[in-house]
Formats: sequence, structure tokens, C-alpha cells
Amino acid sequence: MSDSVDPMNSTEPLGKLQKPATAIPSMAQVSKERKTAASTVLQKIRTSHPRASRVPDAVFAVIILLSAISVFAIVVLVAWELIDKSRLSLHQFGIGFFYGHDWDPVAGSFGAMPFIYGTLVSSFLALLMAVPLSIGVAVYVTEMCPQRLRAIISFLVELLAAIPSVIYGLWGIFVLAPLLREYVEPFLARTLGWTGLFTGPMYGLGMLAAGIIMAIMVVPVIASITREVMTAVPQNQREAVLALGATRWEMIRMGVLRNARIGIVGGIILGLGRALGETMAVTMVIGNRPEIAKSLFAPGYTMASVIANEFTEATGDLYLSALVEIGLALFIVTLIVNALARLLVWSITGGTARVRA
Amino acid sequence: MPNLSAQSAPQQVGLVRRFTNAGATTFAVAAAILVLVPLLAIFAYLVIKGIGSVNWAFLTQTPKPPGEVGGGMANAIIGTGIILAVASVIGVPLGIGSGIYLAEYGRNRFGDLVRFTADVLNGVPSIVIGIAAYSLVVVPQKHFSAFSGGVALGIMMIPTVARATEEMLLMVPNVIREAAYGLGIPKWRTTLSISLRTASAGVITGCMLAFARVAGETAPLLFTAFGNQFWNLKLNQPTAALSLQVFTYAISPYDDWHKQAWAGALILIVLIVGAVAAVRITTSRGMLKGGS
Amino acid sequence: MGVGIEVRGLNAWYGKNQSLNSIDMTVAANHVTAVIGPSGCGKSTYVRCLNRMHETIPEARAEGSVKVGEMDVYGSGSDPVEVRRRIGMVFQKPNPFPSMSIYDNVAAGLKLNGFRNRKQMNELVERSLKLAALWDEVKDSLHKKSGASLSGGQQQRLCIARALAVEPEVLLMDEPASALDPISTSKIEELIFQLKQHYTVVIVTHNMQQAARVAEFTAFFLMGSLIEYDKTEKIFTTPADKRTEDYITGRFG
Repeated sequence: MSDSVDPMNSTEPLGKLQKPATAIPSMAQVSKERKTAASTVLQKIRTSHPRASRVPDAVFAVIILLSAISVFAIVVLVAWELIDKSRLSLHQFGIGFFYGHDWDPVAGSFGAMPFIYGTLVSSFLALLMAVPLSIGVAVYVTEMCPQRLRAIISFLVELLAAIPSVIYGLWGIFVLAPLLREYVEPFLARTLGWTGLFTGPMYGLGMLAAGIIMAIMVVPVIASITREVMTAVPQNQREAVLALGATRWEMIRMGVLRNARIGIVGGIILGLGRALGETMAVTMVIGNRPEIAKSLFAPGYTMASVIANEFTEATGDLYLSALVEIGLALFIVTLIVNALARLLVWSITGGTARVRA
Repeated sequence: MPNLSAQSAPQQVGLVRRFTNAGATTFAVAAAILVLVPLLAIFAYLVIKGIGSVNWAFLTQTPKPPGEVGGGMANAIIGTGIILAVASVIGVPLGIGSGIYLAEYGRNRFGDLVRFTADVLNGVPSIVIGIAAYSLVVVPQKHFSAFSGGVALGIMMIPTVARATEEMLLMVPNVIREAAYGLGIPKWRTTLSISLRTASAGVITGCMLAFARVAGETAPLLFTAFGNQFWNLKLNQPTAALSLQVFTYAISPYDDWHKQAWAGALILIVLIVGAVAAVRITTSRGMLKGGS
Repeated sequence: MGVGIEVRGLNAWYGKNQSLNSIDMTVAANHVTAVIGPSGCGKSTYVRCLNRMHETIPEARAEGSVKVGEMDVYGSGSDPVEVRRRIGMVFQKPNPFPSMSIYDNVAAGLKLNGFRNRKQMNELVERSLKLAALWDEVKDSLHKKSGASLSGGQQQRLCIARALAVEPEVLLMDEPASALDPISTSKIEELIFQLKQHYTVVIVTHNMQQAARVAEFTAFFLMGSLIEYDKTEKIFTTPADKRTEDYITGRFG
């Protein structure tokens, strides 16, 4: 480390270096002075910490590394437990588990199709309603709303995300379901009954209710990401479009939404991830019947709900194992969906680079 | 006059464009209103339906047997407190620790891996975390417990706290770290006493948001904390929680329990909004203290 | 009192790019030495090597021998933290700790190095702020105001006070006035002039007039090499090297 002079790299002839030796006290002289004038305070600091920073620094780095490893370890552990505990069911049913229609714990036959169907349909329904609403809110907040309202509306939309699932469920059972049963469903049956999607007995509780409740829950997720990527669009993009004589909407469409579209898709996928795994509110309003029905009025069942309802009652290893396998499927699907969404959102906001810069 | 047509053409397009513009604007405004209506409706119902059942008995008594009128959720309120305390003890240090790693040491492959896993963990459905906590804690322990519930919620807190800590630490300008190094302060001390302290308002916000997020969680508690109709202060016993109690009461057939479910939900939301509001107050104070 | 610095064969790299080529230089104790040169010439890298700040940048490394007084900065048993404790540094942009009061900013180095005596700490804080010519402006709001609430010039003097509080033997200043207005700059220069009674000061500057005003010795760097090092007067009037002359007469850089 010390005294390694590389002559190859010293492009300057050192002879040209003029040392002002006359004016400079020699090193020996300096250190003598130093000894007599040494500050007591500094001495104290030095003796109290004799070059002791390396060990604590290393210990700290190890502790910090361990907590970072714990995050990784937890995810691995979760995955491992799911695989381990669903082994029985995986062996018994194989891939057929996912397209079997029959869920009969008494007879010991387990097929997850009705739950997969319920999860997909309710999530799709939720996105169908939530996406236009979320983009609308994000556009309003970032581009149209008066400065004063901006913070308030953003805060309120984020508050939607803070309401616990179980409270959405409670509200769904006692407020939304009666509303649907008395007014909305009869109206839909009258006007759109011919499609076959809105027929049959009107309970209020059912696939439609689940879709609506989840839409409300997913809006803040999509809206906040959309807002973020829209804000990340540089101001000069807006100005460029405006300078061409565009109206405000054209400016938003061409200057903002088009630049932000990948990020918005990421936000939508993130919302999908949230919807797929949503449990309590859906369990409370979907009706919990493992059937595949065309009508959205009919009750359904989702993957998350069946785990919530039956896990503690599951008698027998195979039953429990089948439920864990549904959990495993949910884990893998949400993992893929989230990974995809993160990549898309990162590609827009630059991930951590945004804050690093 | 050839000039006239050239001038009037854009004006006609302008009408269509103006119409589209107005339509889009209307839609955006309507979307904003439509999103806020459920929010207001939920809060209104919580207050209207819940306030009537929040009384002294509700706050101090345990539940009465099904069908009997009266009783309260005191045990569930305490239970939620215990579970959240366990969750915070697990989630906050691990979250801040990994956040520090990501910001101060994690500019490498492993850092990217941890960052990505944290995001994945954030997206794992809470019910799946519940299954994991069940098989990792409940099965070896052989019974449901407050501790296992705390573990499940603690795990869910980690990614939120970690990413918030990372983001806030990265916002601390590097010149601040250099100033500390320049004074001969070791890295661990610089990180804790200078960087983390400078970022503290944001880190606390992250912790409180993580707290608020898990405070109302129900799904992972179903088969960890499990619920309990009676008092329990032991960490290794089944424990009631507000969210579980609200769920049980809401799907029950008893009218009196429905009322109590609303009351429990009101208490829960007050707890959560209180946490979020506390964040706003502390952060704005922190800013006042830090800025000019 | 300050101590001298002896640099022998100092090389520094950023990744694969070599930014300093075998620097040899002896800095006089209790004098002000200016380091000048065009941007990118390695003058900042040079002073950052003196207290091992250079290596805090990822991929950056340095080799060679630097002796500050009796301390062998790059010796095998040397601890960078200890080195930085004994060599104060003031940075280009004022960087007070934003979450700390004025008092805490100055006391930060003492506290974090394990100094506990309250009374002595008060004295040291006052002394440092007086040395930094900031005392009169802030003495009434030591605990009330945050370091970040001061003006730019005051912030930089606060940073100087913070560096002085741990009683360094050498004070390195990396373009301390480049972000400041002329009035603040002149205050800082005046301050540097005062400080040399107690400390060895090495100041990096891109401003030749500033070097001429504050420094007894001046070193001219170009493309990572030390071209010429002499009394300031000599450098600015009769430089020995053609390149130095070109630079000070404004022919490049």
C-alpha cells in the first residue's frame, strides 16, 4: 500500500518540482512543536478510542447484512413451507387439481377450478370498473385539479387504501348488498338480462358485489401508481404538445398518458395482484359457493376465500394439503404478477435511480 | 375566397376537439367524485352505525355468549394491541435494518435481489403469509397464539418499512455522510446518528404506514391468533383481535352482534386513521425542525 | 498547532482511470497552501487522498505514502476513521447536518467520538464558533435554530466550526467558497488567514485570485500531475513551467 511509485505513470519529470524547502519547517521540528502544544481535549478523544472503529463497523455491517438476508430468507421459507405442506395433495391429484370441478371434502375429492374461476372473474370485474376510474382520478389530480385540492384528494384516495379489508366486507354486507338487491340488480336484469350475465335470483351477495367491493379497494393502488408515473413525465413533454396548439385533453393524451403508458399498465397489473389475493372483503360478500355460473348475480367462491373459510376446519391431512396447494398457486401467481408489474413500473420511474439522482 | 375555407376548417375541427376535451374533463371529474363517494359512505356508516354501540361496557367487557345482548370487545382491543406490539418488535428492526442495507451497502447484485424480494413479499397475499406463519409457528407450538399472529403481521411490515427506510436514506445527500466521515466518525455511527437521524421523519412515516396497514389485517390472523371469547394476555395462547371479532360478528345471524361489529370497526378505523394522522403531525413537525 | 504533510509517490484511481500520478509534495506546517488547476486536474482528488476520503467513493483507491506529522496515513496499521478525526475537512457545498441544531452540529464530532464532558464541550463549541467568526451571529439561537436554517455563507462557516471543534492538526478545504456570494467568500478568506496561526491549511480553489490572496504556497496540478509547487508569489509572477504560465495567464482551463 505504501511507497509504491509507478514510474510508468509519472508523466512529469519530478525534477521540475520546486520544493519551497527554505520556508517550510522540517518534519522533526513540526512534531516537536506538536508534542508540546497537544490539545488535552484531543488527547482525551484519542485515548478513549484507540483506533477502534474497525470492529464495530464490521459488527454493524454483519447485523445489517443479516437483516437484509432475513427478507430473502422469509420469502424462501414461505415458498418452502407451501410446497412442503401441499406435497400430499400435489402427489394425489397432480395437475388435474387445477381443472377438477369437484370440491367434496367428505368424499376426499378436491378440484380447484371453481375457486380459480371465481378469483379470475371477480378480479377481472374489479379491474373493469377500477381501471377507468383510477386513470380518471389520476388525470384529474395531476393535470386538472386546483393546487389546493390536489393534496386533499390524493390523501383521501390513499385513505381508501388504509381501510381494512374486513371493514369493506362489513360495509359490503350491510350497505352495498341491500343496495344491489333492491335497486341495481333489478335494473341490470331488466336492461341487460338478455346477455345472460345478469339473470337469476338476486341475493345482493354474489360475484357482482365482490367485483364492486374489490374495484373500490384496487382503485387506490392503480391510481397512486398512475399518478406517480404521470408526475415522472417531464414538463417539457407537456409543453411540447401544448405548443403545437393542443387542447388540455390532447396534451394529457399525447404528452402524458402516452409517455406513462407502460407504467400505468404496471400499476394495473399491480392492482390485479392485489385483487387476486384479496381475502376478507370478498369472503364476506361473494356468497361462498363453489359453483361456476354465468350470471354475475350468482354466488361464487375464490381461492383466498376457501382458504379463509375452511383452513381451520379442515379435517384430515389431504384436505389441509389441498388448501395449502391453493395457497401455493396463489403465491406463485401473485409472485409472477408482481414481478411483472415492478419491472414495468421500474422501467418508467427508474426504480431507485429516481431517488438516487 | 380560398383563404376562408383554409381558416374555417380548423375551426370546425376545433369544435370536435373542444367537445372531446370537455368530455374528458367531465369524465375525470366524475371519476374523482365516484371514487370519493364510497370513501365518504364507508366513514359515514361507520360513525352512524358504530357510535351508538361504543359505550363503557363495549370497551371494558368481554363478549357475551351468542344471542345474549350486551358484552364488549375489551379483550379484542387488548389482543390487537398485543399482536401489533409483537409485529412491530419483529417488523420494525428487520425492516429498518434491511432498508439500511439497501441504501448504504446494497449497490450490488445481492442488494437488487433483496430489493426485488422485498417487493415480492409486499405483494404476497396476506392469507398466504397466514398459512406460512401457521406452519412455521402454530404447528411446532401445537396451538394458536398471539405470537404467531404477531409473526405473520411482522413479516408483512418488513417490506414497507424497508423500502421506506431505503428511499429516505437515499434522499439524505451524500455530502452529509462525507461531512461525518470527514470528522472521523465511523460508518456505523454515521449511518445511525447522522443519516438515519436526518431521515428519521420519513422512516417513522414508513413504520406508521406499515403499522396502519397491518393493524386491520384479518386473513392472516384466522389461523394464527385464531380469536378468543375470553381474556388472554399470554403470548402463547389463542387471542382475540378487533378485526377477527368484527369478521365473526358481521357474518353472525345476531342483530346485537352486527351492531357490535360496526362499533368494533369504528374503533379499528380510529386506531388506523389515528396512526396515519400521527404520521402527518410528526412529519410536519420534523420538517419544521429540520428546515428553515 | 498544525503539522506538516509529506506526500511521496501518491497515485489515485477511479476504477481503471488513474486520476493522480506519483505526487510528491511537502506541505508546510501552519501555512496556507493552495492547490490550483483546471477542473478535472485531480486537485480535489489530491486533498481527498490526504485524509482518506477518496476511498469512500465506490471503486476509488489510492496508493503511496502520506505522512501528516508523525501519522502515516496509508501505513498498514492506520485507521481511516482515526485519520479523518485528525485531519479536518470542509467541503465544496456547505453540508451542515439538517436535523441538528447549530450547537449540535458543532458538537457532533465531539459527541460521536465519545466526548462527554458537558462544560468543556460548551467551551469548545464557543471557541470553534468564534474561530469560525460565526459566534456573534448565532450565539442567541444555538439550540433554537437548525444548521440548515442559516444562510449559505453562515452554513459554510458552521461547517468550518464543526471541523475545528475536534481540534484537527490539518484543515483541508475543497473549494470552500465556490458556492458562496462575494461577501461570504471574503469572510471565509479572512477566516482562512486567521486559521493558519493554529492550523495547517490546504485549500483547493479554481479561483487564482483567491489562491493569491490567501496562500503562501501554491501547487499547480494538471491532468493528475503536480506541475509546479512554490511560493505563491513565485508561481504567479515567474513560474518555472510553461504550462503553469499558460494557466495563470488564462491561456487554457
